[in-house]
Order: sequence, then C-alpha cells, then structure tokens
Amino acid sequence: MTSLFEEVAPSEDDNIPVRRVEVRLNGERRAAKVEPRLLLAHLIRQGFQLTGTHTGCDTTNCGACTVLFDGEPVKSCTMLAVQAHGHEVTTVEGLATASELHPIQEGFKDEHGLQCGFCTPGMMLAAKALLDHNPNPTEDDVRWALSGNLCRCTGYQNIVKAVLWAAEKLRDADPGAAEGGDE
Amino acid sequence: MTLDEVKIGGLGASRRRVEDNRFIRGKGNYVDDVVLPGMLHMEIVRSPLAHARIKKIDISGAYKIPGVRLVMTGEMMAARNLGWMPTLSYDTQAILATDKVRFQGQEVACVIADDPYIARDGCEAIVIEYEPLQPVVNPMQAVAPDAPLIRDDKVNQTDNIVFDWEVGDVIGTDQAFAEADVVSEIDMHYPRSHPSPIEACGSIADYDRSTSKLTVYMTTQAPHIIRAAVSLVAELPEHMIRIISPDLGGGFGNKVPVYPGYVMSILASILLEQPVKWIEDKSGNLISTGFGRDVYLKGQMALRNDGKILGVRMHTDSDHGAFFADAQPSKFKIGLMHSAFACYDIPNAHLTARGYYTNKAPGGVAYRCSFRVTEAMFFQERMVQAAADDLGMDQAEFRRKNFVRDDDFPHRTPFGFLTDSGQYEKCLDVGLEAIGYDDFLKQKEEAAARGRLLGIGISTMTEPLGAGNSREYDILGIKMFDSAELRVHMTGKAILRTGAKTQGQGHETTWAQIVAHELGIPAEDVVVEEGDTDTAPFGMGTYASRSTPVAGAAVSMVSRKIRAKSRKIAAHLLEVSEEDIDWELGRFYVRSAPDRGVTIQECAMAAYSNVPDGMEPGLENNAYYDPPNLTWPFACYIATVEVDPLTGVWDVLRVVAVDDCGVRINPMIVEGQIMGGLTEAYAMANMQFITFDADGNCVGGNYMDYLLPTAWETPGFELHEVVTPCPHHPIGAKGIGECATVGGPAAFVNAVIDALKGTGVRNIDMPLLPDRVYEAVTQHHDVSGAPPVKTD
Amino acid sequence: MYPSRFKYETPSTVEEAIGLLHDGGADAKILAGGQSLIPMMKLRFAAPGTIVDINNIPGLDYMRTESDGTFRVGALVRHVDLERATELKDSQPTIAAAAHLVADPIVRTRGTFVGSLCHADPQGDWASCMVALDGSVVAQGPKGRRTIGVDEFVKGPFTTVLAPDELAVEAVVPKAQGVRSGGYLKLERRIGDFATAGVAVAIERNGDVVSRAGIGLTGVGSRTINAEEAAAAVVGQPLTPDTIERAGDLAAAISDPRSDHRGSADYKRHIVATFVTRLLTSMQPTREQSTEERVA
Repeated sequence: MTSLFEEVAPSEDDNIPVRRVEVRLNGERRAAKVEPRLLLAHLIRQGFQLTGTHTGCDTTNCGACTVLFDGEPVKSCTMLAVQAHGHEVTTVEGLATASELHPIQEGFKDEHGLQCGFCTPGMMLAAKALLDHNPNPTEDDVRWALSGNLCRCTGYQNIVKAVLWAAEKLRDADPGAAEGGDE
Repeated sequence: MTLDEVKIGGLGASRRRVEDNRFIRGKGNYVDDVVLPGMLHMEIVRSPLAHARIKKIDISGAYKIPGVRLVMTGEMMAARNLGWMPTLSYDTQAILATDKVRFQGQEVACVIADDPYIARDGCEAIVIEYEPLQPVVNPMQAVAPDAPLIRDDKVNQTDNIVFDWEVGDVIGTDQAFAEADVVSEIDMHYPRSHPSPIEACGSIADYDRSTSKLTVYMTTQAPHIIRAAVSLVAELPEHMIRIISPDLGGGFGNKVPVYPGYVMSILASILLEQPVKWIEDKSGNLISTGFGRDVYLKGQMALRNDGKILGVRMHTDSDHGAFFADAQPSKFKIGLMHSAFACYDIPNAHLTARGYYTNKAPGGVAYRCSFRVTEAMFFQERMVQAAADDLGMDQAEFRRKNFVRDDDFPHRTPFGFLTDSGQYEKCLDVGLEAIGYDDFLKQKEEAAARGRLLGIGISTMTEPLGAGNSREYDILGIKMFDSAELRVHMTGKAILRTGAKTQGQGHETTWAQIVAHELGIPAEDVVVEEGDTDTAPFGMGTYASRSTPVAGAAVSMVSRKIRAKSRKIAAHLLEVSEEDIDWELGRFYVRSAPDRGVTIQECAMAAYSNVPDGMEPGLENNAYYDPPNLTWPFACYIATVEVDPLTGVWDVLRVVAVDDCGVRINPMIVEGQIMGGLTEAYAMANMQFITFDADGNCVGGNYMDYLLPTAWETPGFELHEVVTPCPHHPIGAKGIGECATVGGPAAFVNAVIDALKGTGVRNIDMPLLPDRVYEAVTQHHDVSGAPPVKTD
Repeated sequence: MYPSRFKYETPSTVEEAIGLLHDGGADAKILAGGQSLIPMMKLRFAAPGTIVDINNIPGLDYMRTESDGTFRVGALVRHVDLERATELKDSQPTIAAAAHLVADPIVRTRGTFVGSLCHADPQGDWASCMVALDGSVVAQGPKGRRTIGVDEFVKGPFTTVLAPDELAVEAVVPKAQGVRSGGYLKLERRIGDFATAGVAVAIERNGDVVSRAGIGLTGVGSRTINAEEAAAAVVGQPLTPDTIERAGDLAAAISDPRSDHRGSADYKRHIVATFVTRLLTSMQPTREQSTEERVA
C-alpha cells in the first residue's frame, strides 16, 4: 500500500474504534490501523501478508502460530495485535537472511524434520527460543521445549534431530556461546 | 562413464526434499494463504444439538450488521436444488440442514461478509429455534425398540440400519469351529478417531460470470474427483471447473470427501460473483468432518491345541453417523475389513457386518489407512494375542506357526485377496532380535517378582495398499487407476505432472527420483507439479497409500515411453539400427562399440531439432496405470511398556519397527512416514479419541479434549527394514504411508495387556487411559466399550 | 475463531486501571497474560465490553524474596519467570515443582501467576500451590489495598471475591515456619492437557517435626480444594508412613471430583491419595527429595 491511494469502506462506521499499531517486524518498522479485536496472527498474515505464520487451532494448543515476541515464543493467535505496539516480532520469514538460511532451517531440511510443513514455522521459532537460552540442549530438553507445538506428520523424532543438528552447528560457529546462552 | 544413480538422486537416494525449500522459509502456499482481489469471507452456523427439528431460523439480525453480504440457509439451498448432495457411498448428505439436524455440529446456516470477524458476528446474530428429538449415540441405541428414525428423509428407510453385508465361507468356517480344540473369543471397540491434520479444511471459490469459469482453491487430496463431484452437484460443465489443491497442511484421509462448506462457498461465489473464502475452524473440523473407525467387533478363533488356526469368525457393528459418507470402494460395504488375517495361513473365515445410522458426524474416512484396514489389522492382532494366551503359547511362536511361508506365494487369503510376496518370518526375527525378546522376557519375570509390571506387544501384519486395481475397486463407478504426464524439454530438463496430490509425502522429491532412475535425468532437473485439474492428468488422488503403488508406477511407465522414443532417436543419431543399441542409466550406446553413445539429454535436443523422418517431434507422453494387484507390504511392530500399578499410567520403554515395503525410493522419506505413522498409532492407543455423552454432545471437539501427543510423550522409534520387492510394480515398490498407523496400535495395546497377564484381563479398549488401565489392574476385569462420559 | 468487538484500554498506572475497571463495570475484563481470556473470547464464551490491558503498567513484573522470607509475585510475572528462577528450588520448592507443569512452554511465556489465580479455574495449578503455602492475593481498588487468603479469594469455579473495580496486584507467600519442603504432582494425559488430578504439598519443619503443612488439590472439585484435615494429619510430629497414609486418605475424602473422560471420580480420588503419599514420602528425611518427579 502506498500513501497515494487507500480504499476505504463506503460507509465507515465511526463507532468502531481503530488503533494504530507500530511493531518492529523481522527488524523492519511496520505500522497499521487495526480494530482492537484483531489477533496478532491475523495482523501478521492478512495485514502484513507474511503467511508463514499459520493458525491451526482455536484453543491455544497447536502452536502453529508461534512467533517470537521480544525474543520469547508466543502463540500469536492468543495475543491481540494491539498488544504488539512498540514490540519486536520475529516470524519464520525473519529467520533467514537474503543469502543464508538459519541453521535451524538447514537442520529441518537436512534431518527431514518436516513433511506437510504446516507446523514447521512454529516449531522452528520455538526451537530458536530454546537455543537462544540453552545452546547445549539434551534430547529431553528439546522435546520439553517443543511440547507446546503439535506436529501430525513427523512423529517428532526428526524434529528433535533437526534442533540438535542446529545446536551443534551454532556451537561450531560460535564456540563461546556454548558456555551460557543469554540466561 | 556410468552414472551413479544415488548421485543423480535416483532410486535409493535419501535426497533432501525439494518442497522444504519453501516450507522452511514460510513460503508454502496453503489455501488460507491465497488472497484474491475482492475476496469475501464465509463462516458457518452449526447445530448445538445432536438431533432436533428446525422450527424457525431468523436471519434478520445478521443483515443488520454492516459488512454482511449474504446469509444462506437450507431453505435457500433447497430452492436451488442444493439442499442435499450425494456421498461417496451412494447415500445423500445435507449441505445445509432443511428439515432437522442430525448431529451436533451440522451446518445450519452460513454468513458471507467483508471479513471473517464480521461473518462470525453475523453468525452470532442468527436466531434458530429447535425442537429437540431423542438422540441416538451408538449402534445399540440405533436398534433399540423405541429408537427414533434418523433418516426420515429417505423414502424406503424404516430403521437405522445402513447395510448388512457378509463375505467368506460360512459352511467351511462352521466346520472349522466344530473341529476346534479351543475357541478363543474377544469383543472389542475401536473408538472414533479423527485424522485431524493441523490445517483444517477450507476453500476459495471464484466464479467469473464473464467466462463462466469456476476456480476453486481447496484442501483436497483428490482434486479430480472433486471436479467431477462439483460438476454433478452444482450442475456446472466439468471443463468450466478448475480445482486447485495448493500445499496441504496434512490430510490423512480427512481431505478426501466433499464437505458442505466447499459447496456453500461455491454457491455463494456464484450468487455474489465475488471470490468467497471459507476457512474452517478446528472445532468445525473435528465435530463435522470425516472421522475414522468407531467399530465394534465380536471375534472368534477356532484353534487346534498345537497352535494352528483353523478358522476365524468376525462380526462388526460400525457406526457411520447420520449420513453414510464413507470413502471406500463401492463393492465393499465395510471397506477392506476382510483383508484381516492375510498374513496368516487360515483355511476358513467368515465376516458379517452391519452398519448403523446414529446422531453423530458422518464419515468413516480411511484415516491414514486403506478403507477400514486399520480396524481389520487391529482386531486381527488383538485376536491373535488373545488366542496365543488362551493356548498358553508364546506370542512369537504362535505367529510363526501360522504365517504364510515365503514359498507359498501367490497366496489366496481366507477372504479371497491374493497376496503376492513377503518374508514374514524374517521380519519377525529381525524385530525379535532388535528388541532382545528373550532377554526382555527374563527382565519382565524379574520385574514381576518386585511388583513391577512390564509387558511386550507384537503386531505383525500385511495389508493391501495402493487402491486399487480396477477389477476390485471403484468409487462411484470410477476405476481407481492413476496417471503421469512427462514433458522433457530440449535441454533435457523436464516437468512431470501426476493425478496424485502430495500432502507432505514429498512427491515433488520422490517422483523426480523415479524419473532419474528410469531415464538418468538428474532428479534436480525434473520439476513435479500436482493438484491443478487444468494442468494435471486425471487421477484419483492421494490416500490409502496409493501414490507410489499407482501414480508412482505411472511415473515409471511414462518414463519408459519417453525412453522408448529416445531409443529411436538415439538409433537415428548413432546411425545404427535400434536393435544394435543398449541402454545404461542416462545413455544409449552401440552394443558393439560402447564408446559410441548419446545421452538422454542429447536425445531430448534431437527430439526438437533432428528427429528421424516420419517421427513426430517433441519428447512428451503420458501414462495411465491400472495396477494388476494391490501391493502387500509387511510390518512387524514391537513395543515394550511398563505399567504403574498405582496410577494405571503406562510408559513406553522401546518401540521397534521392521517394515518391508519393497524397494524404497527415498529411504529418508520412507522412515519419516513410518515414524509419523507410529506416532498416530501411539496416539490412538494412549489418548486420542472422540466420544459422545448421552445427549449426543461431542467430547473431543477441540484440541483441549482431542489429544494429539506432543514431542514429550511421543516415544523414540527404532527402525529396521527387510526388502521383498513387489513382483508387479515397475520398480518393486509397495505402499508405506499408513503401515505403522495400521499395525502400530495393536503393538501398544498388546504390550499393556501382556503386562497384566495373569490377572485375568484380556482386553482394555482404546484409548488405554490411565483410569481404564487402573480399573483393569485393580479389579482384574476387562474394560470395554467406548469410554463412558458420565455427567454426574 | 474471532472475538467480538470491545473497547480497549491501556492504562499506565494501577490507579488508572482501577478507574477504567470502575467505569467498565461488570462488563470490563483485565488482560494480563490473556492465555485463558483470549481463547474464551475467540470461542465467544466471553465477550467483555471493555478490555483493560495492564501490560503497559510499569513495576508489576517483580518477583522477590524479602529478608524475612516472604515471597512476593507481581501481577505481570509470567509462568516462565518462575520456571527460570532456579533459586526457588530451595526457597519455594512447591512453586518450583509446579512452574514447569503449567500449561505448555509457549503459553508459559505469556500467562501470569496472578492472572492464573484470578481466573480461578478449578484446574489451575497455581491456586493449589498457593493454598498449600497459605498464600494470599493483594487486591487494590478505589478504596485502597486489601490482602485476601487464596482459600478465601477463590469463591467457586471461575469466580473470586474481587470486586469488579479491584485489580489483583500481587501474590504473597508467607515466610516459612522452619525448613520448607514441597512438591507438585499432576496427572495429565499430555502436556497442556487439563489435570486429571493434581496435588500441591508444602510442609515446614523444625528438625524432623512438621510445624506447618498445606495440601492443595487441582481438578478434583468445582474449585481448588484446601485439604486442611489432611495437612493437619502430619503436623506436630515427624513424617511417618502412618501419618502420610492418613493424609492421603483424608485428601481423597475431601476431594469432590466429577466422572468425565479424564477418569472416574473414584479414580481421581485414588490419584489424589497416591500423589499426596508420593509427595510426602519423598519428603521423609531418609529419602532423597524428588519434587521434580513428573507423572504421565
């Protein structure tokens, strides 16, 4: 949308309160006018047209919509878009740089950590949050950290391997990080 | 120099998946990601009651909400002859309820609005008055003397019975039982379950008045079947319908049928002449779309004291919900239930089956299996364990004694299927060795002495995969072949299209591997496309593990046609006769002078620049493949468990899987399929089920109650393989996608029952919830039937 | 699943929030972590007219142990903060044991401790812990602050004694009367499932003698249950197999569970007895403490 033209509804209902939301989305400043009831997941998907964040359930169980909110994994279907005002949001689209995949993405591909791909963005972001806090996770640590995200295809074993693969690669790239993480 | 097949991504290469490149970047294209200009949004009003007459629907409130464009009710649909639609099993199903609602969650109205929030507001503003009727929630109630008639819309329907059906030899079986030393009996229930892909269903219908063309983006595993169905239901010409099935967030059988939501979005788009998007919510998906299972079994086995099975009797009572909408072959009313016992050499068997209408969601889809095969194999392996226990025989020994032997193929099963290959005993041995069978039995004994309950469960089975062959199979009269179309471009790169539709199985990767195997064109030079009926050749879609057995075979066959033409071109280029050249991977050469040759890429260039006189230019073809038989993979799954006698909680100690699915195209993907399948098996055994209370309220209509296991509960899996190539498949492959879901549950249940051996407990019905196991442990009795939902 | 419309307010002080609650009346709802409220709004089980989002109020995210041992948790402390606070293992063993069992790891990054108490879900883990610890909630309203014991604070299923214009600003765990031990066990069929049954135990000892004990029960009644008699059974003497068994029986007896698809009432009672016994047994001096034990 440029500022030259924006179509508005013919009969704008003045009773509907609209608020301005400004977020740092994958490092970029983005702003929108939204109804307070708009869910964060829908702002990301429909508003900012980043459709890598999926919605899989109505009840905050599946985690397909997981994004990082100020670095912490959250279920973006269970936050209001207006709550993101002034905060940082990272989606799957923010994992890779233009030229390079994030090691977690490489790991998922190399270890066959995905099949239909629907849960994958949420899984990868939950995994990133884990590795940011704990660069040396055990298999149990990974299983525990991903237990808020459901996958129906893989049986998780390869997802776990993918995260451990990425952890190793990240440690190799930055041996110092293995000492502590950000805790 | 001969090409290295694995290096070019051919057969046997664990090639990393092509589709992952977009999925890991969040660049998949699922239905909900598709945005069309001017698109409106649809939401559905569902019945809160299981059985009720609709007295009044007041939609005026919805139209008062700014942004609401259209409200549709059953009455409106009926006026356009769209009140009802045919199902895949020659029954009818309401699109929007007209007379009464027949299950909780049934579609009653829908609202189309500028955005989905407003559409939902509109739904909330519709007022519906119901007159409650007595609900029927299981087969027993369906035939009770005072049972209400559910399908009073059908002229000749006077009761709640859908069908009575039988197969097998009743006289021979009676005789076998007369001669038996021991008769083993067991009653079981396979509970209602839902395939529940994480992505629910959805569609975007886009009708363009100016071209009369209807384009529908939708979550379907079988786009061509949908095109035909839409053409018939909506009375639109088939060539003016384009179904596009983009990336699917899983299917598992859930996305085979035609659902009312799809039809409503289509009608709405026709009426409004704007694209209409419907994205189903999770509860809508769980309470209204095709479930799996919900079958009661009475099983009997006639046994000789030495362990030989003489005959089997099975009776099933299956609950089909309010509309008989099973996705299954037309000829077999209870699907392939009679594929049971195919791996055992049993002379006589007889199966009777009765289907029932109830006030529950319709379906009976093949949830990650071939039409009722999951129930068949579960019942089989539970009956086998009970029989071995009744005889006091070792579980493995009993199976070994009754297996069809390697030299007995082809083998006619007691219900008439023809199995063609397998090494059953070898698979069992690999499994027993891997789990350390003898050691575990000792460990179990030692643990028992200290009050700990360990158990081991075995499940061995062969199942018919790859629906189908057209002698035995059709759906609504359509034969179950599949197709592939291959275009090789002049630089030797290619595009392949098939009538199948991947939902995570990795067709974009594996089909190219088959082309690489057949033609020596590197897999990375082949792009694979599926799911668009305007471009893909006609096919029956992907379910019942049929992609590799049928469409995969078509990929081989079309590649071979390309190779045959290339051979003629090669002869022309090499200036020798066709008989004088030989093929090695990727290259034709002169037999007498192997250094003289042309590559497949050179043939491709020549096909567009230098064809022999009289030959059509170009290098493309298609193949329709009707398999001569089903494929019969074999599997041996073994689980060990420990049961906590104080809580009934059971933990899986180890899971060993030995799969023989013939030649593996991509071992990495095959193993992924097996692990996914084992997880669903574990889920069904442990936690995943849908049940109903006495009022017909669905329990399990969201992810708070319908439990899918997380990474934490899911056990680790140890995979092994045996390879017996399929004798009739072009590359010797068999289906694999569903084996573990089909064969797995019995391994877990058998293990828990084994842990309770000696307490008199013969059966606990799935799911083995802690309270049910605890009841069995402490009360020393079976815990059977659908898990009760009391409302005290 | 789309919430209905509401008025959205973002106060920056507690006083402002209370004013907005006052104006909104019974139709106003506080949004803290939102992990129960937003799902209910999406399902339209809840349709508040006004949402008062307190996330922008500074100074509510503290968690501190005072010099006398009193432990205070501000209204914006998330479950994950407690989970990561490894020092709580010694000072607040009951809370430390429950922290990683609340909901699932992603929900724990948003959901708040105090919000969970205010939600008053009989399945809530924190209320049981607070009952066992004799904890309380500090509520602030137009007339000032008051401190309410958690047992009194929770009135029934999803209802508390909070007035519509009161904000729960803090939860307080009193100092221990001796050396504190504790644990939490929950039977859930899967991570993120509601508890089939859960038991929180906290005891305080001088030497071997139990000076104070508390037992809170999750998911076995229409509200969090304070198993006072069961707790009393172990007070005034060292833990013995006899007193432990008696406590288990009494806790089971006061449970009032429903039979449902998670288990029969009898089974849930049995689990309560088993867990009380397991937890107390693990606290016997001769046995190694195993508050981290996890069931299912």
